[in-house]
Amino acid sequence: MDLELFLMQLFSGLALGAILVMVALGLTIIFGMLGIVNFAHGALFMVGAYAGLWVASLTGSFWWALLIAPIAVGAFGMLVERVLIRPLYKRTPDDPLLLTFGLGYVLVEAVRITFGTDGIPFSAPESLQGVVDLGIGYFPLYRLFVLGVVAVILVLLWVALEKTRFGLVVRAGARDPLIMRVLGVDVSRLWLLVFGLGVGLTALGGVLAAPMRNVSPEMGTLVLAEAFVVTVIGGMGSLLGAVVAGLLVGVAVSMTALFAPEMATIVMFGLMALILLVRPQGLFGRPGVGA
Amino acid sequence: MTDRKDGLTFSVSRRTLLAGMGAGIGVLAMPAIVRAQAETVRIGFPTPLTGPFGAEAKDQVRSAELAVKLINDKGGIAGRQVELLVRDDKLNAGEAATRTLELIEKDKVHAVVGALSSAVQLAVNEVTRARNMLYVSISQSDTINEVKDFSRYTFHEALNPHMTTAAVAKATFKKGSKVAFLVADYAYGHEMLRGFKRAAAAIGAEVVGEILHPFGAPDYSTLMPRIRSMKPDILAICNFGRDQANAIKQANDFGLKKQMQIVVPVLLHNQRIAVAPDVFEGVVGGANYYWELENSVPTAKAFNDAFRKMYGGAIPTDYGAYGFTGVTALLLGMQKAGGTDTDKVIAALQELKYDVAKGPQYFRKCDHQAVQSVLVLRSKAKADMKGADDLFEIVANDPGSEDMLRSCAELGFPT
Repeated sequence: MDLELFLMQLFSGLALGAILVMVALGLTIIFGMLGIVNFAHGALFMVGAYAGLWVASLTGSFWWALLIAPIAVGAFGMLVERVLIRPLYKRTPDDPLLLTFGLGYVLVEAVRITFGTDGIPFSAPESLQGVVDLGIGYFPLYRLFVLGVVAVILVLLWVALEKTRFGLVVRAGARDPLIMRVLGVDVSRLWLLVFGLGVGLTALGGVLAAPMRNVSPEMGTLVLAEAFVVTVIGGMGSLLGAVVAGLLVGVAVSMTALFAPEMATIVMFGLMALILLVRPQGLFGRPGVGA
Repeated sequence: MTDRKDGLTFSVSRRTLLAGMGAGIGVLAMPAIVRAQAETVRIGFPTPLTGPFGAEAKDQVRSAELAVKLINDKGGIAGRQVELLVRDDKLNAGEAATRTLELIEKDKVHAVVGALSSAVQLAVNEVTRARNMLYVSISQSDTINEVKDFSRYTFHEALNPHMTTAAVAKATFKKGSKVAFLVADYAYGHEMLRGFKRAAAAIGAEVVGEILHPFGAPDYSTLMPRIRSMKPDILAICNFGRDQANAIKQANDFGLKKQMQIVVPVLLHNQRIAVAPDVFEGVVGGANYYWELENSVPTAKAFNDAFRKMYGGAIPTDYGAYGFTGVTALLLGMQKAGGTDTDKVIAALQELKYDVAKGPQYFRKCDHQAVQSVLVLRSKAKADMKGADDLFEIVANDPGSEDMLRSCAELGFPT
């Protein structure tokens, strides 16, 4: 095997990993801050793609879709938090899990009824079509663009959570909501914002994925599984973990594809099983969280 | 009871008594026959309404319902109306077997038509074979033709991978062509791969590599560098439904189409519509049906017109047409047999010559495979499309012939 193919495969893996990071971010943020396992994650990803499709068909512009759809779906997420999830906080963790599980089904059916069960075309904008010569081989321009967007989002998230007062409050709220309440912080408003942020990121992932994969009501099913794998490997609730695990899984899948492509999906779950055996809290997880 | 003679309220004539007794005995002794005179002919139709083949499945249902309606309008089967019982098999072999069993045991269907996906179809075939139930399969499979899976109750109305790949290869492979394969890792993909490789060997084309991908994979990006490094002239993508659209779309994103011709065993109408025209532009693949056949085949025109009338101007698709030809063939067999008696219907179907949508068809004796024409289509560029439905150009229309099939002897049938 020549070096060029190997490097190209490595790069493809990192690019795929970046998409997985994007897919897992929303899930891990909501779990890390609110302790809710959001089973509607895949469905919200799909809703994001359809929202993007809808905005793009109204405005005729991919860029508006990229901006408006995540905000709109994030706002919908805040509505869900306020109306459906909030009454369940005082009950066992199973209740929000069951609720989001059911919500996922409702969303998929709602989209099937509204947009039909068939796939719908969604193309990358003209300016992002075509391939780029990386020196080691050709790569689609659009996937490079997605890599860039993911990098920007990660930097923004890091700054927001680590360097701002908002981030400080959010992190403290995740550690000990009771003390935060005693200190006079409105924790419920905080959770509303975090849930909205998580859902908005998921929807952004959906809009970004739409021009690469096709848009269909079932597109979120596998995404939910992938997001879980990445989150478990990285450590439930860990942002850094999601990034490292996403890239790791992407490279693992890509390298497997080189030798035994039919094993590419299994290797993801194999990696997860291995991590769970060796380090149950995940690569960057705190022991006791999510175990 | 008109021949009451003497006004006695309780007197009953001998004739009335006998007639009444006769009817009573008849009801007791032969309930099945008495009921059969009045009851409808029930056709079970398991199909994957939900899941990645949902678009194709829905079209099959619509076409099958049209077939039933046309027969009912003409008086049904020996005066009996026909009813279609559609069930969602969720593209799952176990689910399909359960639904089929229910259709047979609970709904008492007279025949089963349907299943989309070779693995599911083989599961339905197992059930129908064990219950001596008529089954018209309308999805591609080679193994269903072979002796070990053969059932005298099963008629295979769809094309099979051997026919389809041979026609596509004939139109695209040349002596010395280098061919690479991207194959979905399940029965359909493997059967298509086998068909293509056999055709490649016959033509003298060289196989430079084959890559298997998991069924239902959303991302093919990690496979593209390897395909490129194989430097093929032709890339044959052997998968179905949304996998086909996704794989072609991503191959296009990676610029593979500039370096190689993409061919598929079956060029899917619905998947072409699900993406932009430029994604599929130039892709060549086989088909059982394409609506523009109406320009050359009178029955295609009649089928399209009936479909348009029933569904507000819509046109039938490839896999949809199987729903029509499959159900119609069965019902024609029943009409010829004068009812639903299984052995008589089998005999009638074996003799049946029919032309209902795509030119002459008949079932070969040994394996019950429908001998029929195979189309080869090329996806049009957006600029060449005369309307939203003008998707493909017909590259070849090979008339049906037993030469297209593997011989009965090769399949293991005694000759």
